[in-house]
Formats: sequence, structure tokens, C-alpha cells
Amino acid sequence: MREKRSVHRRDFLKSAAVTGAAALGATPLANATAPAQAAPAVQATAPTAPRETDPPAGVEVLTTDRPGGDFMVDVIKSLDFEYVAANPGSSFRGIHESIVNYGGNAAPEFITCCHEESSVAMAHGYFKAEGKPMAVLCHGTVGMQHAAMAIYNAYCDRVPVYILAGNTLDATLRRPGVEWAHSVQDAAAMVRDFIKWDDLPISLPHFAESAVRAYKIAMTPPMMPVLLVLDGGLQEDPIAPEISPRLRVPKLARASAPQGDSGAVAEAARLLVAAQKPVIVADRAARTPDGITRLIELAETLQAPVVNQGGRMNFPTRHPLNQSANVRQLVAAADVILGLELTDFWGTVNAARDSLVRSSRPIIKPGTKLISVTALDLATKGNYQDFQRYPEVDIAMAADAEATLPALTDACRRLITADRRTALAERGKRLAESHAAALVRARAEAAYGWDATPISTARMTMELWAAIKNEDWALVAESGIMSDWTSRLWSFEKHHQSLGGSGGAGVGYGAPAAIGAALANKKRGRLSVTIQGDGDFLYAPGVWWTAAHHRIPLLAVMHNNRAYHQELMHLQRMANRHQRGITNAHIGTTIDTPNVDFAKIAQGLGVHAQGPITNPNDLGPALRRAVDVVKRGEPSLIDVVTQPR
Amino acid sequence: MTRALLVVFVLLVAIAAYAQAPNRPPAGAPAGNADEGKKLFVAVGCYQCHGHEGQGSSATGPRLGPRPIAYAAFSRYVRQPSNQMPPYTAKVVSDADLANIYAFVRSRPEPPKEIQLLKN
Repeated sequence: MREKRSVHRRDFLKSAAVTGAAALGATPLANATAPAQAAPAVQATAPTAPRETDPPAGVEVLTTDRPGGDFMVDVIKSLDFEYVAANPGSSFRGIHESIVNYGGNAAPEFITCCHEESSVAMAHGYFKAEGKPMAVLCHGTVGMQHAAMAIYNAYCDRVPVYILAGNTLDATLRRPGVEWAHSVQDAAAMVRDFIKWDDLPISLPHFAESAVRAYKIAMTPPMMPVLLVLDGGLQEDPIAPEISPRLRVPKLARASAPQGDSGAVAEAARLLVAAQKPVIVADRAARTPDGITRLIELAETLQAPVVNQGGRMNFPTRHPLNQSANVRQLVAAADVILGLELTDFWGTVNAARDSLVRSSRPIIKPGTKLISVTALDLATKGNYQDFQRYPEVDIAMAADAEATLPALTDACRRLITADRRTALAERGKRLAESHAAALVRARAEAAYGWDATPISTARMTMELWAAIKNEDWALVAESGIMSDWTSRLWSFEKHHQSLGGSGGAGVGYGAPAAIGAALANKKRGRLSVTIQGDGDFLYAPGVWWTAAHHRIPLLAVMHNNRAYHQELMHLQRMANRHQRGITNAHIGTTIDTPNVDFAKIAQGLGVHAQGPITNPNDLGPALRRAVDVVKRGEPSLIDVVTQPR
Repeated sequence: MTRALLVVFVLLVAIAAYAQAPNRPPAGAPAGNADEGKKLFVAVGCYQCHGHEGQGSSATGPRLGPRPIAYAAFSRYVRQPSNQMPPYTAKVVSDADLANIYAFVRSRPEPPKEIQLLKN
């Protein structure tokens, strides 16, 4: 009976227009805020005892067994989301309620966050560990404003995040006060420069199409965040009888990743096979584990050195063709350079300085051929300048590198003669020797300052390696800059073992991204590890409560150099350039006086924590205790006071 | 003859010992105070890129000690760096201070010979 009497919100508006302004007085808005079980307030002097009564004609009845949010959950479930992360907000209370009740709080499960930046960064890290997006809910206004930096990081890192923002468009249906402050004409406007696509569905069928379309767009290289704005009424109100027959969940057909043009592939292969000193440079090349396999195949086919810039886990660190340690010499001597999904090809082949003088110069020989394969050429925006300086390449394939690698490797194989294969094998031997020598050098360098206090970053790296190397481990984030010790000294083999950085270098990514990735790894029993910067920790530390609350196992080892050290060095550079000395460079750049007790903060948020540890000999036992805690399924943090880099 | 050879041998050993003595400045380097240099190493910000022990970083600056480059080259680089290092003019770090810093980086201990954790 109730459903028959209910009036859809928009239909109600039509009738209200006929009825006149007087009918639009306080009553409908009062009803909108009334508890669902209460009878609609008809008169101010209504009897105190609730009783079953029919509402008068023309008022909006909100009680229903089937709100629009339920259908939204049907659509979202079809897209196979495991989790939806959010700090709760009234503009999406409708779908929130549908997720936890109608949807059973499973697939997606609601992850409670303390800050929208944490929600998005968790989704960022989750995607890189899981290979599929996490959904995020936020207010279209204040939530989006908090989320913006994390969205920008994901955009720069070419990571899809599926954002659903609540908003109430119809001004006459907003509750007085806060809901007005939390409403906006165009919620996507403030982030449209750094997302791939957005929409504002005005009906449930519209939502269904846009939801599936958004997923498809987000997951097609170059991948980026997408945003759907969910009208409050659409989430909360009963599904109108005339709409029900039109509701269906559209089929998702994922777009295949774009491959390089066959002519360009053939020309690239010709250059690479003929090259005497080719170099393969990879940044975000391996989107999936297959990407590593494919890059190994190409490198071994050519016996060519690979330099991993680390945007993803592109190439095993102990593979003899991994020559990341020798990048300067290799690039300087190269006759052909193949760049795979490089963020900054110009910066790869040029040196720039702004110290004594401002200058830049090529570091490659004249005539060196440059080949670029990147999906970034398919989608470049104007306002935010993450696209770097213009690289003058010889072949530019606007294509996904991982998808293009098999064709490129096949084309190379077809061109390699027996004589050439012998020459390539000789090159491979020399590179293997060079690789082995680089590892010896790195170990020798790591020994300096081994027993120092503050603890050397090399010592911390190797104490951590000893604690995890026999586990199924994953270094899910590294938010402190630590002299590349992990990539120089650890044996990274699998795609999940290194997830790259933040993308946009927005500080505050490390902790939530690590926790998001650890959430993805949880079901696999994987030991997730993060090296946690002190400045990063302090951005939105509530995310550690999220880790404790949802029992997300993660080993966090702090690189606590008690400074925003990058900025401290910038201040030093300015002060010296201006010949004033660095006496005041600590102002605004250090995190001391008082020193932050990170372990105490973490403990207060429900996380097992130790430290501060200043004696390097205390680190090994602390790590063993922490690993035991993580293996029980909980997060654990160790505050280690370290050397600056 | 044997006696002469012995004298030469003793002299050579003495010269070698003199050259390798940790606290004695190498040829061309001014005498400096390592303790003062340690304070300066922090005060003028050397540690920011090279670490408190001068151990260096692949990300920011090379290792400086315990066997630094010759003082003349060291001094020249500090005054006129050719890379991203901030320039330290004599107005910011005096020649005497630089000599103390040099003495400090020379005084850094050699790393341990055997470190099990660096073997795998």
C-alpha cells in the first residue's frame, strides 16, 4: 500500500508546482528529516502517539523497501568491487545504507576511513596490488576537496580509482543548513582536470550505463580516476514504478589495450636489432605480471640492458640484464633507446641543474635514436603540467607498452640472424659481468656507516630484508627517500613485490596506499611491508586506525629522519645560492623540538608499535617481533630514527 | 750493503707509516680539527646529502670518507660544484672551516670487514 501511495521526488515536484508555493512550505522538508518509521508530519499539533495513517495526497512519502541506492548496489556488485572506502557523509547516506544492509556489506565491503585523502590513496595502492579498482565514496563538496590531492596522485600514476560523490542537486529538497554547504552545481569541476571522465546521472537507468561506462573508461590505458556524482534523491527515494521495468545492469566489455602500429613496430625492431648499444628504459611498463615476462623476453631476445625507473615492478633486480645501476654510462653511450611508458623521456636523456647556474644539456650522443611507446600520448591534458618537457623522439607509438611488447619481440626475433645472435650473446656476457660488479659495489657502499646512530638507511634496509626475505613479501610503498637501497640490494622478482611511487609526489600517499595494498594482499596471506616516511605519516595518521579496525596486516618500518628532508635540502640550496649560510634552513623544514613519538601515536590508534629505535643492534629483534604480529593478521609499526638518506 | 738496505727499508716503512697515519693530513691538505669538523659537518648541512658519517647516498651525494679525494679537488668542488651540490663560497664556509670538515671526513672509520646481512 505504501509503495502505491509513494510519490517519486521528481513527480512530486511537478505536482508541487501546480499546487502552488504555499504547499511547498515547511512540511516536505520536515518530512525529509523525519525518521523513516515516523508518520509524516501533517500538522504541528498532531497527536503524540504514532499511528498508521495515510499521508495526504501530494506529499512525498519516503518510506520504501526498494530505494534507488539498492539498484545502485546491484550495478556496483556487477563490477566486482571488493571494497568501498569512505569517511561517512550525509550526501551519500542513501547508498551507504544500501551497501551495508541491502548489499550485506560484502563485495563491496565498507572500509571506514578518517579522511577522504586516505580513502582515495588506499584505493590507489589497492589497485596496484590487486589489478582492479576500489570504489570510494565522498561528499561532492568537502569530501572531494579533501580527496583532491590523492586523486591527483592517482591521475599522475595512471591508476584508476572509482569515485562516487554524493550531492543534492534539487535546491528545494535540501535540508536547511549543512546540506546547502555540502551541495554544489558541478561537483566534478574541481577535479575534472585530473580525472579521465565524469558524469552526473539523473535517473537510475542513466546511472547504470554511466557506472559501467566509467569502469570501462577507467580501466582502458592510460588508466585514470573516474567520477560519478550521485544525487541524494536518486539514492534515497523509492524506485518509481514506471522506472522499475527499465532497470537492468548493462554488460561490461573491457576495451583491449591499444597496441603499437605495425609499421612503427617493424621500424623499431629494425633499429633495436641493428643497434650496437641499445638501452631499454621502463617506467610504468608492466601493468600486470605478464608485463614483466614480456619485458624479459624482449631484453633476452636483444641481450639489451634494461633500466628500471621504478614506476612499476618492470624487471627483476637480480636479472643479469638489469643495469639500473649503470644508467648514466649506458644512456650516454647508447645508439638506440627504447622508452616504455616513461613519465619523463626528456629527463632520461638530458641533464638539468639549478645550482651554481641553471643549465641543461643532452647526455646522449648526437644521432642516438629514441623510440617511445606510451599510452600517455593518447590522453594529455593541459592545465596540470605532469607531462614534462617535450621529448624529441624518432618513433612515437601512442600505445600501451605491455600490449605492444609481444609484437615488438616477435619482429626483433624475425630480424636476428645467426651471426647477430652470436654478437648479442657476447653483449649479454659483458652485461652480466657489469650487473654482478654493480651488486658488489652496492654492498660495499652499504657497509659505510653500518654501526652509525642515527641508523643508516642501508642497515635498516638489510635488517628488514633479513626479516622478510623468506616470506611471500611485497614492498607496497616506500615513502621515504632511501638511496635506492631496496632496489640495489633486494631481490625483486614478482610483480606484486614493488608497486612504484605516488605519481604526483603529493606527500601523504605512503601510509594509506600501503594500507590499501596490504588490504588487497590480505586474502593471499602475503607479508606486506612499507618503508614509512615521517612527514608522510603525519598527513592523515587516522588511516592507521583504519588498518587496526579492519585488521589489515602490514609491517611499517619508519624512515624517520625528523625532517621534510627534500625541502630542507632545497632551503640549503637557496641559502647557499644567496650566500647566507644554512643557519635558518631548519625553519619550516624539520620535524623536531619536540620529536614526534610515532609509536605512541600508532598505539593510540590501535596499532602494535615499537620505537623510537636509535641503536642499530636493536632493530633486528624489533623486526622479528613485528613480523610475528603481522603474521597474526594485524598491522605493526617500528619507528626507526635514521640518517637523512 | 746489508746495513744500507736495512736503513732504506726502515725509511720506506717510516714514510709509508707517516703517509698512512690517520690523523696526519695528506700532502697538500691543511691541518684540520676533526672534532670541530664534525660540528661543522652538521652546522653547514653537509650531512643533509652525504649523511652524518659522510657515507654518501646514491640519491643526493657521494661518499666522502674515510678516504676523501685530494684536498685541492675537494676544496675546488665545494666552492664551484659542477653538479647539483649547492655552492659553498668562502663567505659561507671559510677555508679554516673547510679544513676542519676535511679532517672530519678523513677520520671516519673504515666499515666492518664482514657483515653477514650484506651477503645475500
